[in-house]
This record gives sequence, structure tokens and C-alpha cells, in this order.
Amino acid sequence: MSNKFIGQSIKRREDKRFITGKGRYTDDIVLPGMLHAHFVRSPYAHARVSSIDLDEAKAMPGVIAIYTGDDLADVNGVPCGWQVNFRDGEAMREPKHPMLIPTGSTAKHVGDAVAVVIAETKDIAIDAAELVMVEWEELPAVAAPADALLPDAPKVHEQFPDNKAFDWTFGNPIEEVDAAMEKAAHITELEFVNQRVVPNAMEPRAYIGSYDETFDKYTLYTSTQNPHLIRLLMCAFVLGIPEHKVRVVGPDVGGGFGSKIYHYTEEALVTWSSKQLGQPVKWTSDRSEAFLTDAHGRDHATKAEMGFDADGNILGLRIKTVANMGAYLSTFAPAVPTYLHGTLLQGLYTTPKINIDMTCVFTHTVAVDAYRGAGRPEATYLLERLMDLAALEMGRDPAELRFQNFIPPFDGVEQPGYQTQVALQYDSGNYEAVLKRGLEMLAYDDFRKEQAEAAKTNKILGVGFSTYVEACGIAPSAVVGSLGARAGLFESAQVRVQPTGKVSVFTGSHSHGQGHETTFVQVVADKLGIPMDDVDLVHGDSDTIAFGMGTYGSRSLAVGGSAIVKSIDKILEKGGKIAAHKLECAEGDLEYAEGKWTVKGTDKSISFGDVALTAYVPHIYPAGLEPGLDFSSFYDPANFTYPFGCHIAVVEVDKETGKVTLKRMIAVDDVGNVINPMIVDGQIHGGLAQGIGQALFEGTIYDENGQLTNGSYMDYCMPRADDLPMFETDRQVTPCPHNPLGVKGAGEAGAIGSTPAVVNAVIDALWSAGHKPKDILMPLTSERVWQAMN
Amino acid sequence: MQVEINVNGKARKAEVEDRTLLVYFLRDTLQLTGTHVGCDTSSCGACTVHLDGGAVKSCTLLAAQADGCSVTTIEGLAIQDTPTTMQLHPLQEGFKECHGLQCGYCTPGMIMTAADLLKRNPTPSEEEIRFALEGNICRCTGYHNIVKSIQWAATHTTKPEPNQQEEPIDADKHLFTNDVTTGEVVETH
Amino acid sequence: MITYPFDYKRASSIAEAVSMLAGGGKALSGGHSLIPSMKLRLNMPDTLVDVGRIPELKGISMDGDELVIGGGSTHAEIADSQLVKEKLSLFAEGAAHIGDPAVRNRGTIGGSLAHADPSADWPALVLAANATIVVTGSNGERSIPATDFFTGLFSTALHEDELITQVRVPVSAGSKSTYQKFAQPASRYALVGCAIVKQADGQVSVAFSGVSDTPFRDTDVEGNLNSGQEPGPVGRGQSIMSDNFASEKYRVHLASVYLQRALEAVA
Repeated sequence: MSNKFIGQSIKRREDKRFITGKGRYTDDIVLPGMLHAHFVRSPYAHARVSSIDLDEAKAMPGVIAIYTGDDLADVNGVPCGWQVNFRDGEAMREPKHPMLIPTGSTAKHVGDAVAVVIAETKDIAIDAAELVMVEWEELPAVAAPADALLPDAPKVHEQFPDNKAFDWTFGNPIEEVDAAMEKAAHITELEFVNQRVVPNAMEPRAYIGSYDETFDKYTLYTSTQNPHLIRLLMCAFVLGIPEHKVRVVGPDVGGGFGSKIYHYTEEALVTWSSKQLGQPVKWTSDRSEAFLTDAHGRDHATKAEMGFDADGNILGLRIKTVANMGAYLSTFAPAVPTYLHGTLLQGLYTTPKINIDMTCVFTHTVAVDAYRGAGRPEATYLLERLMDLAALEMGRDPAELRFQNFIPPFDGVEQPGYQTQVALQYDSGNYEAVLKRGLEMLAYDDFRKEQAEAAKTNKILGVGFSTYVEACGIAPSAVVGSLGARAGLFESAQVRVQPTGKVSVFTGSHSHGQGHETTFVQVVADKLGIPMDDVDLVHGDSDTIAFGMGTYGSRSLAVGGSAIVKSIDKILEKGGKIAAHKLECAEGDLEYAEGKWTVKGTDKSISFGDVALTAYVPHIYPAGLEPGLDFSSFYDPANFTYPFGCHIAVVEVDKETGKVTLKRMIAVDDVGNVINPMIVDGQIHGGLAQGIGQALFEGTIYDENGQLTNGSYMDYCMPRADDLPMFETDRQVTPCPHNPLGVKGAGEAGAIGSTPAVVNAVIDALWSAGHKPKDILMPLTSERVWQAMN
Repeated sequence: MQVEINVNGKARKAEVEDRTLLVYFLRDTLQLTGTHVGCDTSSCGACTVHLDGGAVKSCTLLAAQADGCSVTTIEGLAIQDTPTTMQLHPLQEGFKECHGLQCGYCTPGMIMTAADLLKRNPTPSEEEIRFALEGNICRCTGYHNIVKSIQWAATHTTKPEPNQQEEPIDADKHLFTNDVTTGEVVETH
Repeated sequence: MITYPFDYKRASSIAEAVSMLAGGGKALSGGHSLIPSMKLRLNMPDTLVDVGRIPELKGISMDGDELVIGGGSTHAEIADSQLVKEKLSLFAEGAAHIGDPAVRNRGTIGGSLAHADPSADWPALVLAANATIVVTGSNGERSIPATDFFTGLFSTALHEDELITQVRVPVSAGSKSTYQKFAQPASRYALVGCAIVKQADGQVSVAFSGVSDTPFRDTDVEGNLNSGQEPGPVGRGQSIMSDNFASEKYRVHLASVYLQRALEAVA
């Protein structure tokens, strides 16, 4: 163990290839004989495929094959990885999600594929796809979740006429919550929509399927967050091909934010067709297609009530939500509004009674699944909007109201973890401290004076608070298994010490921007006391890495990093045996530091490199000990980890136009121990931008026919450089008590806390000028804010 | 039609369809895959390269329009000192130094846009930097560290010019294949 | 994304371009309006005539009291031109806010005007500045006042075989001008763009982009202002646009606010 790297802002080792244009993303890969696929997709949200005429398209020179759903009648659809049953015990409804819609059946969202054209070039495939003549019978469609429950709503799946995928309730019995609310002196009630957003990773999805007849082996290159999971789902559930005959590679991936977790139909289709044709098949989404086919996020319609006693203590929380699943159940979709959302409704508060009633519905839209934060941003938005609104309604200070209701500090070691009303037990937390620090950075008193002055002008000011806790480091397998997960959520790591003492680390955690190639190596180099240059990190290839559950839920370091530490412990234990033998002492007499084993109290030592060489050239070697120095480990966490923090937004609102300008964004986050502060800050920044994006800019707009009317970057607005200020960040460290690195996870925090802070700030600004809206629909476009004042 | 475009100091000749966009000429014909495609609407800037010294979106330009012109891509920004060593452009250094990238997909376009800015305005303010990045979308960084990276580059003086002209090479006689096992792009001729 | 196939021709003079266009086809200048719509397959010309390298279309100069801008001048060339900044700062100011730097490096004033996107910036600018659009076609050259140029949504007085060769703008001493733009947050086109030129004698011309499906001079507002009254409602008689970012009502309101801000800027 040394302390050279952990805690240092080491510059990223992966950067060189990206800044010189040498990154290798899936679409950059060209295989010999590679063909190109282009899909024929439904232009309607709901329409029956009456017939498909391929003649003209097939006649185009360069077209190799065209497949329709009829060619895939015997192939399964893509599966859902999480089962949440109805509260009355009825099994979750899982309609087949076919790769291509067969003739006679119905397309269920705009972009649902009916045929795929495979041609010598992408251009030919695109041109030929236009010649595929599909006769459609257009049917009525429903896009909004609440509309799907109306009695005469169009049916997404004929066999499920009420459009419900499942319903669910969680927390304290509703009678207890009702009784608590009866006693309330004040109830803050809010009906709102947590709107549907599009993840928009900058690299569109891309896949190459390749079948090698010589070895009877498939390779799938895929822009995924979890190659092994894709292999498992595709082999076992869709194509029925043996897993050991399939290699899945996730090369450089240009962002995911959740949208590249799921197993998509196109992955299975390029793999399947490469075998049919004996040639590799590539498909790269264009942006318009991405809007129609990537899984979206959020999309809840909620009514929430929070009851307070006369002193402002929270008495109860009662919630009714309808969540949109889209047309099919995507890989993790059922978990998002339920176990990743309902379980977080305690927030940072001592709320004694909580109940959520959730209905998850099918609509004629593309699937909704996890997007940065997944369920936790929705929970935080709900709680933190209620807190600021309650403060305004009761004439209380929003910070004071929080201090009053916070769970007191607990470290999870001396004091026990905090048992919530919604199943989770928080590991450690000090919530007051992050808010105090945030207020200090804001200079709260000064701000309120400035705000009072501004209220007299046309440029009014507002401040919004958000204090959050999240559950990440996903997750203990037994726990998630009991909650419906169909997979474990452990992680694997292999640490291979080469004979020369160089170290190869194989992790199942995929890096697509998070900087694993740097941070994981910082951990390994320090644990082994060797230079970072002696360590290489391998990720993203199912043939070289034992297994992996992938990167999402801010789990890479907490779960994947812990697996690496376990393997290092095994390396050092075995190395100690070899060292003791070489140094002719007892193992207990040795200590390991700075890359060598030393006999305590002497200058006798042996270096890590010498021990490694001995392990592979075992001439003088402990009897009965196996040669080699190479260990694999699987780490299954004992609990989730619970990062928390305080986000504060300051906005200026132009009273004449409604335009909101974000003036300041303050974030104080506690993500446990920090391996690389530079990278953690970067993760926070990115999360903040996405959270701010949801508050002010982003959101799908479907028309009454289920058409997405803003499916391009000309219409779907994401934050640009000139929309954002420099972020003001600080951190506090409350180590996670149950994993070896004491880390909690930083990937999603920014996106979880920031959205309600920004919306609260706009509401606060309007109240300061005498307007008293309870809610403004997100995103807070200029027009909506203007309407709230007029 | 046949085009001849000087790319990163090398004259590259190739037969392309009239409708070929410059970005696909670079990516598919020349295998210069550092220039990316992130949208269909000239909005995201991932495809930004320099045409005769100014930033352009190579997805909104025909290869035919660049015929006879000089193009610099991200691959041509650093100076290749020797076959094995290169001197990075200050912007490349700056992005690494200030953690101006995460997934790396928007990065080449960001760097090329920033290079165009610094050429016109060597000491931009934060506001000028943000304004200049109006046509480039990053989904990872929240732009905070991109702004800092550009400020870093503006205060570090060596600004190497792109590679100078070399002998013409015929792109279509210049073969590339992809190593199946490693996925590496190899120049075989 | 790839366009439909087409034939690419490059013209080296205005005369050659006109004769190529007469054979059918569409002029390609910077391509920043045309190519995106072709990639989305919303536009499918058989032939593109590249006019981007015609020397006669380049250049910015004074001709008497008129500023003459070659139709092939890029937004960046206009924004950066010392002559434009001096003689007609309205155009420099407006051009600097079109798209983004890469778009300004390629997109041209002629291309943008010919495309006639109602939310583009140039229409309001040329209307307020009383510019004349000079075009050349098989029947020779003609000059179209900007006020007659925009005839509807994406349509102009330009004939299919005509090319915009020059934009001529009268320059008068002592005038003040401004372009105030509320940008659509995603595309950065004008949700409302208000251009005003105020002559030394106080007479104003007022034009809007982004408000109506046809860019327009607001003669009612001008009449009111020029007779010393309040401006009155903006866009009377116009076909006001409505979209995801601004309803008709809000757009008209924004236009009034931006008119006010523009008036303050030239006060």
C-alpha cells in the first residue's frame, strides 16, 4: 500500500487517443466484407402492417438481403430483466418485443421496425429501404401515461385492454398514511409531470455482428454499457445460441447515460443476419432514428401530498403516480419507477409515514427505461419541490424547514445506519453539513437582500434548494433478486501479475467516459505500491474478461473497484507466502509497503517484482503452493451506497419574456471517499448539466397521433455552453462503511439534485414578485414562465 | 466524380459519388475516423474540421465542394515530430490537463472549433468561449472543463501549425484493412 | 444520413451558373440551408450547381451611397468586414448572430435569402435596411426590392434559373440601427428577430424575422412611430407562426417586447 495516487487528480490516461482522433468507436471499425443494414420503420405510432412488397427494393443493385418479421417468426423478442407483479399477485404483463413486426401485426410506436435492408453500402441500404412498400392501416394511438388509463384509450396490446403493465404500492399501509395526514395542520399538494426526456448520448448506437464459420463463433461489437449482460440476454433469451460461442465487445463508447444499458433489437438482428449471410453486418443509428428508438427516461405524472404539523414537522407523504413504460418493457424498465424510486421517498427527512401508489402503463411510444439517476431524480424532484413549495406556503424559510426535518448525522459505524419507512437502510450521512456549506457558498443573507431589490425591477431573482440522498452502488444480488431482478448485480475483477511484475487488470465494469482507465489504475498502483505505468486496465470484451454486470447506477468503483481490491488482497496474501519462503521467515513477520515485503524491524526485503518472477519461475518455492500470481474475484455488495448532497440554483427571470437565466449552480456533494477529485468533479458537472437540461430545456413533445414533434437537435433543446455558468462545487466526505474503498459513487448525483433546485429557484423568483404559481411544467420554457406571470 | 483534397498535408485523390459528404469521405474513404457524426441537422459540431483554415461542419459540405481545398482534421492537429513522437497542439494538451473530455466523442469537434476561435481571438473571455461553442454539443462535461481547457490553451504559447504539404497519395490506391482480432485499422499499402 | 443522388456541377462564372441553372437544377452556395434539408430527404434536386467559387459573387465594396455585398459572401465575411462595421453595422451585428462559427464560415447571404426561411436572420435585416436584391438569370439582370422579395413561406420572387448576385444597401449618414433577436433555444434561429433602421431625421423602418410565415416590414408600426405615436400591435394582418417554443399569442408579445428593446437601442 502506498498513498501516491489515491486522492490525486491524476490526468486521464485514456485522453491521448481521444484528443488525437484515435478513439475507436463501433462505427469506426471496418471488417472485411462488411455489409450495412438500414431499417424500414413505422411512420405511425400505431398501425397494422397489412402487406410488405419487397420486389422493387430487392432489385436494386447492391442489395444483399431484406428480412421482415415473417423471417423471424421463430425468434424470440428481446426480454425484460426485472419482474414487478401487480399488487394483487397477477404476474407482470410482458408482451413480446419482436425485432421486426410481422405482417398482420401492429407497429406500436413510431420507429418500430418492420424490415431491414442489408446492402453493400450504407447508402444503398438507405436508398433501397425507401423502395420497400409497406401497406399500413393506421390506428388510433395514445402517448401520455395518464391518457392510457382513460376508459376509451386506444389499446397498445390487445390482450391487455386496460394498458397496465403492472401496478404497485410501497411504504407504510395507506390507512396509516391517511391517518397521519388527517392530523396535519398544513398539507402541501402538488400535481406535476416529470417529463419524458431523451438521453442523447453523442455517439448514436452502432453495432456490428460478425459470424466466423471456421470457429463457429459470433462477435458483436456494440456501443453498450455492459457487454456481458448483452451477451447473456441475447444468447439465452433471444437467439438461443450458446454463450461460449459469442464474443461481445464494447469498444470506446460515446456516452450512455443509461440508454446503452439495454439489449436492443438491432443488436440481435445484426448478429443473427451475419450468420444468415456469412458476412459482417453493421448498423449505425442516425440521430433521427435515435430519437425514435433509444430508450427514453422519466415520464411520470404525479399527485403528491406532504402533511406538516403546526410547527412544520413532516407527518406524512402520500403519492399517486402513473409511469409510462412505452410500448414494450425494456431491460430494466419495471425497476425504475418502483424499486429505484419508491425506496427513495424518505429523502433526507424523518417522515414517519409514507405511501406510494404506482401504476405503470403501456403507451404507443418507444420504451422508457433508466436515464441518469433512474427513479432517484424523480423521487428527489417530488420531495424537493414539495419542500420548497411547503416553505413558501407556510411562510417558512426553505433551508430552515429542511434543517428541522433532517435525519440527524450517523456514520454507520458507531451509530447504526438509518432505517427508512421504504425498505432501505442508509449507510451513513451528515445532511445538515452539506446544506450549511451550500448556504455559506451562496451567502444566503446577502442573496435575500439582493433578491428584494431585484423584485422591484424587470429582472427578478430566485433561489432554489434541493437536498438529496440516492441509492447507488447497485446492488446486493439477494436484495434485488427478492425485488424482482432477474440477474445478480455483483461485479468481477481479475488481477493478473505478469512474471515481470507488470499488472493487467480485467474489470467487468465498462468505461465510456467515467475514466476507469485512470481511477481503477490509481487504486491498483497504490494498493500494490507500484507505478501506474506498470498497470494496464482491460475492459469491454467478454472474451478476455470473466464476467461483468456493467456500468450504471453509479456502481463502477463501489462494486467493480471493490472486486479489484478483493483480487489484490488475494495477490498480496499469496505473494506474502512466496516472500516469506524466499526471506526464510514467517508470514506474520512480514509487512507489505511501497512495493515490497519487509521483515519487520529489519532491512531484509523482497520486491513485488521478484515475488512475481518467483511465482512464475518457482524454483525456490513454498511446498504445495500453486505457481502463478493471478486472481479473480466477484464482489457482491452488502448494501447500496447512499451519496447525498445539497444543490442550490440562483436564477434570473426576465419578467417581460419569461426567459430564465441560470446565474449560479452550487453543488456540495458527499460521494464518500474520492479516488480522483478531478474526475469526480467532472462527473458532477455533467450530471448538473443534464439535470439543468431537464429543468429548463429538454422534453419530448408528442402530438395526439403519437408523433414525436421535436425529434431532432433543431427542436429538442439540450444545454449549450452559453446556457450554463461555471459550476461552484465543493464536497464533504462521509466514507461508505461497507465497501473496502469507502466510496459511494458520483455518476448520477449531479442529475439527481439539480433539477428541483432550478425549478424551485424559478418559482421562488416569481413568488418574490408577487406571482404565486405552485408549479410550472418542465421544461421551463420562456413561454411557460411568462404564462405563469400573466 | 474525382476529388483531390489536401488532408492534413497530404493530397488525397479519390473517386466519390457526387452526393458524398465530406465527413464520409474522411471517415470511409480515408479512414480518418476521428471526425464524428452526432446528428443529422448540422447542430452538434462533432464533425467539425478546418477547410482552408476555418472551422466547418463536414456533415454539411459535399466532398466535391472541398475539391482542391485543404482540410485539417483532429488527426492533423498535432505535429508528428518523428514517426513515433508527436507534439500535441496546446488545445489537445489543455483538454487533457483540464479534464475537458469524458467519453471523447464530441472532443475532436470541440477542439477544432476552439482552434478556429483561438486563431481569430487568441485571448477570449469566458463569455466569448461559450458563445463560440454554440454549435458544439457535449453531453458529458457540462462544458465547465471545456471552457477551462480552452482558457488553458490560450495561456500556453506554443501553437503548432498543422502538418505541412507532403507528396500526393492516391487514396484509392491506399489500402486499409481492419485486423479482425484486434479491430485495429492497418494500412497495408 | 445521405441525400438522394444528384449531379454536381461547378460553375466558374455567373454566366456559366445561369446557363447551368437554365438546364434545371438548384444553386448551391454555402449549402447550409440546402444540404441539411437534402440529407433529411425533404428536398431532392436532380442537379446542384455549385456557385461557391465564382469570384464575381465575392467581395464587399461601396458604390456611391450603396454598400454592395456579393451574394456569395459568407456570414463571417460580412460580420468581420471593417467596411460593413463602418457603413452598416446592422449587417455586421446581425451576421455575427447567425448559427454558429462553422455555419457562419460557410453559409452565404445569397444562399440564405434564396432559401427564405422565415426564421432566418437575413430577411429582417435586408427588409429594415431597404436593400435591393440583384439577381441574374437567363433573361438578364434585375433588381428586386427586399420588400418585394419574400413572397411566402420559403418562397421568393426569385425565378428557378436566377441567382442572387448582389445585395445593395443604401447607406446614409447619421442613421442608427439594431438587430434584437430572441433565439429559439435549440436551433438558434430567430423566434423573434427585430431589425430597425432609424434615419437621421428620426424616421424608422421596422422588420421582423421569425414572427410571421413570411418575413415582413411592419408598415403599421412604422406609420405609427413615424407619426410620433406609440407603435401599436406588431404583425397586424400577418400569418403569425406557432410552434413548440412559442404560441401565436406569445410570439406577438415577444415581438412587441423586442420592438421596444430595439427602439431603446436606437433612441
